[in-house]
Amino acid sequence: MFGLNKKDFTLLLIVAGLTMFAPFLLNPFPEGSAMAQFNAGYPDLMQRFVIFGIFAIGFNILFGLTGYLSFGHAAFLGVGSYAAIWMMKLLTMNVIPAMIMAVIVAGVFALLVGFISLRRSGIYFSILTLAFAQMSYALAYSVLTPITGGETGLQPKMADPRILDAALTEGATPRANLFGLSMTSSYELEVGNWLFTFNAGYYIAAVVMLLAFYLSIRIFRSPFGMMLRAVKSNQQRMNYTGLNSRPYTLAAFVISGMYAGLAGGLMVAMDTQVGPERMFWTASGEVVLMTILGGAGTLIGPVLGAGLIKYMENIISKINSGILHEWFAFLPDGLEDLIVTLIYPFIGKGWHLTLGIVFMLVVIFLPGGLVQGGQKIAAWVRGGKAGSRDKASKSTKPAE
Amino acid sequence: MSKSNFTRRGLLKTSAVGGAGLAVPTIFTASSASAFTNEPTGDTVTLGFNVPQSGPYADEGADELRAYELAVEHLNGTGADNGMLETFSSKALKGNGILGKKVEYVTGDTQTKSDAARASAKSMIEKDGAVMITGGSSSGVAVAVQALCQEAGVIFMAGLTHSNDTTGKDKKANGFRHFFNSYMSGAALAPVLEKMYGSDRKAYHLTADYNWGYTTEEAIVSSTEAMGWETVNTVKTPLTQTDFSSYIAPVLQSGADVLVLNHYGGNMVNSLTNAVQFGLRDKQVNGKNFEIVVPLYSRLMAKGAGANVKGIFGSTNWHWSLQDDASKAFVKSFGTKYGFPPSQAAHTCYVQALLYADAVERAGTFNPCGVVEALEGFEFDGMGNGPTLYRAEDHQCFKDVLVVKGKENPTSEFDLLEIVEVTPVAQVTYPPDHPQFAGGSLGSCNPGA
Repeated sequence: MFGLNKKDFTLLLIVAGLTMFAPFLLNPFPEGSAMAQFNAGYPDLMQRFVIFGIFAIGFNILFGLTGYLSFGHAAFLGVGSYAAIWMMKLLTMNVIPAMIMAVIVAGVFALLVGFISLRRSGIYFSILTLAFAQMSYALAYSVLTPITGGETGLQPKMADPRILDAALTEGATPRANLFGLSMTSSYELEVGNWLFTFNAGYYIAAVVMLLAFYLSIRIFRSPFGMMLRAVKSNQQRMNYTGLNSRPYTLAAFVISGMYAGLAGGLMVAMDTQVGPERMFWTASGEVVLMTILGGAGTLIGPVLGAGLIKYMENIISKINSGILHEWFAFLPDGLEDLIVTLIYPFIGKGWHLTLGIVFMLVVIFLPGGLVQGGQKIAAWVRGGKAGSRDKASKSTKPAE
Repeated sequence: MSKSNFTRRGLLKTSAVGGAGLAVPTIFTASSASAFTNEPTGDTVTLGFNVPQSGPYADEGADELRAYELAVEHLNGTGADNGMLETFSSKALKGNGILGKKVEYVTGDTQTKSDAARASAKSMIEKDGAVMITGGSSSGVAVAVQALCQEAGVIFMAGLTHSNDTTGKDKKANGFRHFFNSYMSGAALAPVLEKMYGSDRKAYHLTADYNWGYTTEEAIVSSTEAMGWETVNTVKTPLTQTDFSSYIAPVLQSGADVLVLNHYGGNMVNSLTNAVQFGLRDKQVNGKNFEIVVPLYSRLMAKGAGANVKGIFGSTNWHWSLQDDASKAFVKSFGTKYGFPPSQAAHTCYVQALLYADAVERAGTFNPCGVVEALEGFEFDGMGNGPTLYRAEDHQCFKDVLVVKGKENPTSEFDLLEIVEVTPVAQVTYPPDHPQFAGGSLGSCNPGA
């Protein structure tokens, strides 16, 4: 269906199911219980899951298929965000024009960066993209302050022109909306002690992510996708056969930049604020981590990786020593303090450390990322013997 | 949670567009029972402490968090003493929580990035049900989080933020700032500089290349030029710069005899160290001693720069060596709990937490609009800065500003600054429509829901 084979269609259905029922799946613990700390089913984080999912899916089209490692993808995310916020300031608070403009501007910028950077490959390509991204960051931070707002960033203001919108009533805050439906409006469902929040913005972002995911499946399975894989496996041989591979890599780069722009536009749509640190090199590194953690070159891997990193950033980082003491309060005092002291470096501001350990474990034991982990578990469930055969037959191989 | 301003027209439009995917959200005609965002219904109330725990201002963030924990103890009446509650002119707080509800808190890491700060604040509001967000150690973060709180309908009590914009062009009805600002630094420093260095000086500015740097440079330039100084040159330095020697060398050739370092944190530590190592302070230019000025000082910075700060003038919001009862009470309870004196960041955050609690108590409600009303035009004393006014027009506190100097003979690692002058509040007050603050509007308070 939709031009997909049965396996891909099932995958799409699974992803659709996961995103649509995320408010339930991410809130497994009742309100007020000690485990409620680990609930992730609140609008902001769910939005981040799908937005960074889109970002990582786009990155994977470039890195997973062609093997070109871009270290500056956050620049496209940032450029898309700035384009979107300017549409909101000048045109309308409706998110549609903002998102379209974000994709277009990011695409044009990717064309420019790609045209220059793709003249080199390997490490030189990575360094060129990194340089472009840092340049964009530095420009947005200071030189371009009149159009980027510098360190403070940009937000929609009362006084903005917004030529398509009716004038705001005095004192009202401009809110991002879809034809009048505010991105922040939510419906809350209480079932016993559980509280599930269904947020309009999240569902819009989720639908966009499903479309992006579907498009990525089509690209993976298309002749174009095959060409990109050929670039990854042996670009030189490809060139010797008389094929010019650059149009393909450039197209992949631009598509991937447009995905990043879309993610940037959505970020603005969900939370109307842009700051330059969105383009900082650590943000570019983050998407690389997401893709590798989930499984580069696989369809669903990047989405899982994005989810895991955002979960750790937002949930683990908020556990403080007070909460730890609450958890272990049942232990005798000395033991409680000892355990809290042992765990403390890994929570709160130490979430980076935890993430680093997880990343190392994944790279060492599951070079194919979380997807490989899933395959191993599936194989183990089906019985040890089927394992090796099953793994070999998988069409999606981890990146080297 | 928040509710949309659903119009019939908007709904019709939505359903007209709604395809299969877009039809899903039409069930979100939100209707929550509470009168405002995160109305506390149980016997506890949750506050969100959003401070930098990693990144360049992690030291300030750690000190802010200590101050908040202390404030919560004092509000709940579980501390060793009552700190500034004893000296605070308003006696509404009784040490039994806020409106009888026990104060609980959640913490988050801003990473000194506006995106991270907003994500953290959003999770406090959406997940933990925080009714007030406070903290931060950078103006970019303060502006970003302030706008978020305005949208979400909770109160924002700014932590350390010195840029004019926070209560200038980016001011918001739900946001309040106790800390002083760039303009006040300029207005307080200028007379002292005139007295010490004379009125015919030539100043050379090195400015951190971001918003706070710009507003500080503007404030210092305008107030020093008003007393007769000449500005020879202003040079922007990248925020990530760690070696300033290439910026210091041209200073001597320029004929300037004062160097103003509009830098904060690590930047200031490095640029000041470079300038002193270059021997600028031993030079004679135009027949006068070469001098260095640092508009915004903090004890943590002075500690970083070590002996180089000796004799260098700057301004600060508060210093632990102040001898009024309130400051002594705060230093004592902070010192008893943590073993060292609090920084100005800790002081402003502690005061902000108390002021919020007091405003809620006086308003009799956690409703942000009630709190805004209680804070606007509120005059108080006994918080370490003398009589203070929370001005209604821009939600900025007006109070005395300290002009300090690096101590020549420090007696301990905390005793690095000495107070030269307490500039009275009248001298640092400006009209709400002052050009350095123009362009913003408060809007009206937003209770969310």
